[in-house]
Amino acid sequence: MSDAAHPIVGFLTTRFPEIDFVAGPLMARPDGQEEQMCVRIAPDRLVEVMTFLRDDERCSFEQLCDLTCIDYMDFPKAKDRYGVIYSLLSITKGHRIWAKCFVNDPNPEVPSVVNVWKGADWLEREVWDMFGVRFVGHPDLRRILTWEGFEAHPLRKDYPLRGRGERENFERITRESS
Amino acid sequence: MTRAQAEVGSATYAPEEPGGDVWVLNLGPQHPATHTTLRHVLELDGERVLSCVIHIGYLHSGFEKLGEHLNYNQYVVVTDRMNYVSPMANNIAWHHACEKLFGIELTPRCTVIRTIIAELARIQDHLLGVGAAGIDLGGFTAFMYPFNARETIYDLFEEICGARFTTSYTRVGGLMQDITTDWPAKVKQYCLRELPEALDDTEKLLTRNRIFVERTKGVGYLSHDDAVRWGWTGPLARASGVRRDLRKDEPYLCYADNWDGKGSSAVQFKVAVSSGGDCYARYLVRLAEMREAIKIILQLVDNIPAGPIDVLPGDKKTLPDKSEVYFSIEGLIHHFEQIMTNRGHEPPIGESYGANETANGELGFYLASDGGNSPYRARCRPPSFINYQCFPQLVVGHQISDVIATLSSMNIIAAELDR
Repeated sequence: MSDAAHPIVGFLTTRFPEIDFVAGPLMARPDGQEEQMCVRIAPDRLVEVMTFLRDDERCSFEQLCDLTCIDYMDFPKAKDRYGVIYSLLSITKGHRIWAKCFVNDPNPEVPSVVNVWKGADWLEREVWDMFGVRFVGHPDLRRILTWEGFEAHPLRKDYPLRGRGERENFERITRESS
Repeated sequence: MTRAQAEVGSATYAPEEPGGDVWVLNLGPQHPATHTTLRHVLELDGERVLSCVIHIGYLHSGFEKLGEHLNYNQYVVVTDRMNYVSPMANNIAWHHACEKLFGIELTPRCTVIRTIIAELARIQDHLLGVGAAGIDLGGFTAFMYPFNARETIYDLFEEICGARFTTSYTRVGGLMQDITTDWPAKVKQYCLRELPEALDDTEKLLTRNRIFVERTKGVGYLSHDDAVRWGWTGPLARASGVRRDLRKDEPYLCYADNWDGKGSSAVQFKVAVSSGGDCYARYLVRLAEMREAIKIILQLVDNIPAGPIDVLPGDKKTLPDKSEVYFSIEGLIHHFEQIMTNRGHEPPIGESYGANETANGELGFYLASDGGNSPYRARCRPPSFINYQCFPQLVVGHQISDVIATLSSMNIIAAELDR
């Protein structure tokens, strides 16, 4: 199936002719196996496109299956640093699509999709915690897995595996000091 | 204690309604009823929950960061520690995603063994879910019957991989080792006798038990539309009437037709769906899924195909058999080629998502590969994490004891929640 022939990409380009979705499979397979189609959406049009994908009857992506991020710092041929990845699922139609939204330092910001899918709440908090990508419009963007006051974003590629000594330098409460 | 004034942070808590007697209770992080390390800050009016704020992360151990530094075979050890109630299901889900990335097709023997194990893991998880629903509501006996049956599954897993708990049984393109000769007979015996008896006993104890029904029916209700919007999957979603099961909708292993390349049809089973949406419906769905899992296993266990368990033992993608490593120089070289950090796997560059229907829902791995020996990014889509986030909506308006009932019906595993 060629990229232009993918039905969902067709609906998207018909509805938003001015956006270049750069549609392509997540991985180019030589033997034409099942393809996982991915489109690219710029941050400024993200909520609009996502709302269309949810509400349009032919797409009807009722569920945000997953929301994650990849730090493309060392990735071969990558131009942008952070790619926020939306994995959408339609339960009624039984199809999936992936969407990527690229942002860069020094101020990585993506509009929040909590108002489109409620389930994005914790997922966006996790991406903020782990990658430092801010979700504008999120009602409660706190850290979720690490603690308040932790400064780094550990899943960034420039964060070392063994940490930066947070564990060793953590304040210890002794019997005398408490 | 009922009139206690609790403190939030450093400031004394001020009730919002004048004259109202609102106080704050910390449920967890170490509390027997939370099973694992979860913390809920409940705002209470008497026994009624006014609001619930969840704090998680107590068990965060950086599994995804570790995944970027371990190779595709090593990481299976970490997946054991995710949902430790059914570690085998995580092993299979992880390598299912890897094989999707690599583009590997399994051998028929491996496909069948993995399907049987995946269903045993589902039973293992649901037995705990059902048992915990009993013990958290005070029914200790209803906990012992399923747990007794669960013990045998541990024995069965120990027989094939040597470990009861941290199984690490799968490898890229195959399994750690073949099953023993009499293992299928033991599985069959278990599925024909011991497990159905345990399920019958549990059902007799709980399903029409008046206390149990009154504590669970109408408690923790979530509608179909909300379940979809909150991203629920697995038995929780199906108990809310969402007709979705990856085994049917995106079939893999023996759930797909023509799984052996010779036109074998998929295993027959029904998807358990309930429209109840409450804790009782979740309990019923889990019970029904175990009965279906028994059917699936019995369809397969008599006809496990012969042949190798690894994809093309001669190629360089899978680890060689231990007998070759120890007794032949070629096997030893092959083994070193696989495990040395500058050799090993050569995946294609790109990204891929593979998901399995595990006992808690859709367990998926989003893998990005830069062609190196370990993944560039190993994202896990944890069902517990996504299922748990709407918990406040389920419990607000209920009483404290209903919080416990709801929590145990969701079967949240903190190790998978925090990863």
